[in-house]
Amino acid sequence: MPTIPAQLNCFTRLIASPPYRSSQFKTFRNCFRYFVNRPCSHHLLQHRRQLLCRRHSSFYRRFCVSSIHNSTPAGEERYDVIVVGGGHAGCEAAIASAQLGAKTLLLTLNIDRIAWQPCNPAVGGPAKSQLVHEVDALGGVIGKIADRCYLQKRILNISRGPAVWALRAQTDKREYATEMRKIVESTPNLSIREAMVTDILLGNNDNIKGVRTFFGMDFFAPSVVLTTGTFMSGKIWVGRTSMPAGRAGESASHGLTENLQRLGFETDRLKTGTPARVDQRSVDFSGLEPQHGDDEVSWFSFDPDFHIQREQLCCYLTRTTKSTHQLIKDNLHETPTYGGWVEAKGPRYCPSIEDKVVRFKDKESHQIFLEPEGRDVPELYVQGFSTGLPERLQLPLLRTLPGLENCSMLRPAYAVEYDFLPAYQCSRSLMTKKIEGLFFSGQLNGTTGYEEAASQGIISGINAARHSDGKPLVVLERESSYIGTLIDDLVTKDLREPYRMLTSRSEHRLLLRSDNADSRLTPLGREIGLIDDRRWKLYQDKQARISEEKKRLKTVKITGGDLSADVTELSGQPVKGSSTLENLLKKPHIHYKVLDKHGFGNEHLSKMEKDCVEIDIKYEGFINRQKSQLLQMVHRQHIPLPQDLNYHDMTTLCIEAREKLSKVRPQTIGQASRVGGVSPADITALLIILETDRRKVQQQKRHQIVEQIKRDADQNVSKVPSS
Amino acid sequence: MKFASFSATERTVVLNNDARVTLNSDPVADSSATIAAIVTSIGGPPGAVGIVRLSGPTAVTIVSKVFSPGLKNKKKNRDSYSWKPTSHFVEYGLVFDSDDNVVDEVLAVPMLAPRSYTREDVVELQCHGSEVCLQRVLRVCLEAGARLAEPGEFTLRAFLNGRLDLSQAENGGFSSLVRSLRIQCIELLTEIEARLDFDDEMPPLDVDLAMDKIRAMSDHVKDALETANYDKLLQSGLQIAIIGRPNVGKSSLLNAWSKSERAIVTNVAGTTRDILEADITVHGIPVTLLDTAGIRETEDIVEKIGVERSRAAAMGADLIIMAVSALEGWTLEDTELLDRINCNKSAYESSSPVILVINKIDCVPNASSKWVNNSGYTFVKCIFTCAVTGQGIQDLETAILEIIGLDRIPRGGRKWAVNQRHCEQLLRTKDALLRLMSTIDDEMPLDFWTIDLRDAAMALGQISGEDISEEVLSSIFSKFCIGK
Repeated sequence: MPTIPAQLNCFTRLIASPPYRSSQFKTFRNCFRYFVNRPCSHHLLQHRRQLLCRRHSSFYRRFCVSSIHNSTPAGEERYDVIVVGGGHAGCEAAIASAQLGAKTLLLTLNIDRIAWQPCNPAVGGPAKSQLVHEVDALGGVIGKIADRCYLQKRILNISRGPAVWALRAQTDKREYATEMRKIVESTPNLSIREAMVTDILLGNNDNIKGVRTFFGMDFFAPSVVLTTGTFMSGKIWVGRTSMPAGRAGESASHGLTENLQRLGFETDRLKTGTPARVDQRSVDFSGLEPQHGDDEVSWFSFDPDFHIQREQLCCYLTRTTKSTHQLIKDNLHETPTYGGWVEAKGPRYCPSIEDKVVRFKDKESHQIFLEPEGRDVPELYVQGFSTGLPERLQLPLLRTLPGLENCSMLRPAYAVEYDFLPAYQCSRSLMTKKIEGLFFSGQLNGTTGYEEAASQGIISGINAARHSDGKPLVVLERESSYIGTLIDDLVTKDLREPYRMLTSRSEHRLLLRSDNADSRLTPLGREIGLIDDRRWKLYQDKQARISEEKKRLKTVKITGGDLSADVTELSGQPVKGSSTLENLLKKPHIHYKVLDKHGFGNEHLSKMEKDCVEIDIKYEGFINRQKSQLLQMVHRQHIPLPQDLNYHDMTTLCIEAREKLSKVRPQTIGQASRVGGVSPADITALLIILETDRRKVQQQKRHQIVEQIKRDADQNVSKVPSS
Repeated sequence: MKFASFSATERTVVLNNDARVTLNSDPVADSSATIAAIVTSIGGPPGAVGIVRLSGPTAVTIVSKVFSPGLKNKKKNRDSYSWKPTSHFVEYGLVFDSDDNVVDEVLAVPMLAPRSYTREDVVELQCHGSEVCLQRVLRVCLEAGARLAEPGEFTLRAFLNGRLDLSQAENGGFSSLVRSLRIQCIELLTEIEARLDFDDEMPPLDVDLAMDKIRAMSDHVKDALETANYDKLLQSGLQIAIIGRPNVGKSSLLNAWSKSERAIVTNVAGTTRDILEADITVHGIPVTLLDTAGIRETEDIVEKIGVERSRAAAMGADLIIMAVSALEGWTLEDTELLDRINCNKSAYESSSPVILVINKIDCVPNASSKWVNNSGYTFVKCIFTCAVTGQGIQDLETAILEIIGLDRIPRGGRKWAVNQRHCEQLLRTKDALLRLMSTIDDEMPLDFWTIDLRDAAMALGQISGEDISEEVLSSIFSKFCIGK
């Protein structure tokens, strides 16, 4: 069988369309596309057809099974999906894959560090919370665990509009890891094993066959998800001193980078850092501003079974002082960035304290948050204070902060440098373009954050399982979700700094809110198979209640009375004559609570449901406007681009655009327009070329048909006399 | 069955029996054919010169078949002669038809690839301007192997060959205004977005400052739209209907204004029975004046028709001048007349403004100070004229400019051209900014500001070509028949 280059992939839209019940989000139907992501060369098609036939002939056994397992030689183990790495991406991927029925193996360097939170003890925040809600809506786990292990919860941005409301949970990091491990260990079809993967095994068609470990074990599977985080050739730095490590105290993984490079993957270096931890018993909180959690706790998960209230802990706010800034300025040469001995790029969005002091010279003080790391550990996370200064300077620096004058440091701040794979090498299913069946996810793709990792994890887990089952891969369109936006950015933008999700990265965030994450994605999760009957029923009942309530508010009218007076006063707009409850709710500063207060609310609704109703009604005009903006864009954005386009020949595109497009090979026009260095004029030219080509092909076909008819007719003419 | 299918295809077979005849035209190769068309306007009054343009790889070959430089070159010379033009050098010569009859005397302007509009070889034949000449020259070109260009095909070729992109096609002053407005939108968006994502690290947004910026942007957009309005008027002109009772001096006004004796003027009421037109220009804007029959109840059948036409003209005009006589003042008939006009206007949903002209002020000393508007109506303007002397005409023109909103545009200096597509996007920008201001006034949360701001930026992007929408592209695709 000849080797088929992976570039020959073609994309066919599948007929499947998720069964949307809720008419209010009908337009989102357009946002999901399913792509069959399979090589389309004739040989390979044939090969795949044979494979599929073989699979089907085994009578609906969906995944390769124990019979094959039994027949393998000793020392070989066969799975459907292998996930390498047990962080937030790896866990999400492994659990999703196993839940879909794939026999899944999770390989991790250290079972005790599964789902560890090496940096801040928190989940959520602006844009990240939307990711968590979305993963939960698809059937993932991060939201449930954050809900179970929270120390404190707050909604940020509450006055800025529902699209940017952001739930943030401080979490108990030990409990978090324990809870995740419990789930991983109790998921059917999922095995765990400690191992360091050093190589990947290829089949004959540039497809993945399995992985090889440091100690020489081979594990076989048609789908492999790499989620190695900061571990690939990881190196941690404290001041000028470095050692190979993925995280403080954990050894790095070596060999894999070189082997991926050998297969033609481009790798690059990134850097990130984590601040020091201090002993809270040594901190004087008396002068610090406390930050309490919300009285009414909100939840990441749409599953009420996980809504269990707990006692909340407090965070504290302190600030940098003149002497903090002075100490940093005096010792800049001691930091890796300014001393010049670490070249890898760090995140702009999560700058070290020395970066903040240098870059924002005018700012006299920066906020620093002190966050507990658990209920029964004394560690405090000093948020906003990561540094590359040597350890001997770190304690004096911490002690310049009010409240920390006498603190003791438990762990020093450190920076970590690691290999990542620029994600343009993946398609939006997160499968690599080069090697069929190999998926990349998480920090390995250049992101930062547990939420970003989990989002990629669930998608790659789903697709790894589907790939090993011969099913078409799932792609979330950019406009469907923050997850879609995240992945689209990763695979098109050729990013060279750690990527953090921000609300401003989404062009249509008013449609991608926390409150509607379930109505956007749960039907898809159901179709994929991650939403069980219980969850599905919960979801449908909720949607029904919301739509009933909206109907009720439209029909119930009030005339005068206390409610009317209250609304007039609160909104500053007089209520004339009789008015529907819906109209009252549309007035400024009128919330559902006002209806509740006067007995016009619906007591059968939860707070979440009331929020949904209020948002749908209050912001209807804006939501509709944004929807029409989206529709305007989507038509053009979703035009597929053939994967065999020769961009180099397109002389009407500028040279940079030709080069970038050849490298990234976008799947749609929308993606092409987001590739750096591609101007709108290039896109116009590209569209024209596509259209011209299309018409040429059409004309050629027509021409051929005409020729065929002529030939047939000719034959008829010659036959008729003889017959 | 077999027989039926045979008979169905029979006709095709008969026509295409000879493969040599049929298979010459490869439809795919057509886009490289040489096209020709008359590119100056025809149908109107003939200009002195008209142009036939050819573009394509065989443009020079085709022209050399029909054109020979210099005077009176006869057939013999032409057969052996092959025209070898130097790019961008004008050559004088004659165009011949296939029978060697001279068709026209022309100037040939060769512009060889890639230094031409379409980046192909282009030859322009500047002929005499009459349509007959032009059609004949075009015909000989077509006979010599050119194909008649589809509408817009020259531009399409320019576009396909990378000659123009949409953004470059726009002109200077307007582009830079649009770009600067778009940048302002995006800057404000960035300010807001930063506060949504990095709440802790940013000072609060200065709402007053933001509001000032938005107001200033809104004003700029309005200015641009007014310019657009002026451009439209320059193209389409303005229709002004003069109405009034018989014998208030409508025709005199028309004559005085147009400085002609277009209308017959007598002091017999009902002299003008049909609509008279006179073309004038007011500050560069073409204006058509419609002098109408005096509107009155009449038994005269001809005059009756005239009166009906007057009413209809008043409905169709952009502006109505209601003329009354200073001598008689506002009369009951004037009220009836205007009532009827207003009634019609509301029926036709016309909103043409009405200017009151008090004519014949020469007959009443101090007419302007004595005039009291006791009509019970309000007019956008009230002008005193004496049609016989031309007094007040200047005031009338100034009033008209003010009403159509062009008084603020510097005379003689329009800043840019704005086409219909731009105009639509400017309107969209204006609406978005207005909505944005009301969003802020309603104290909506910060995030909602971004929606209309984004809409404004998108609309401006459509103009500048930064953001090209579906509709623009589909208009390119449909108008230019790409791929044919």
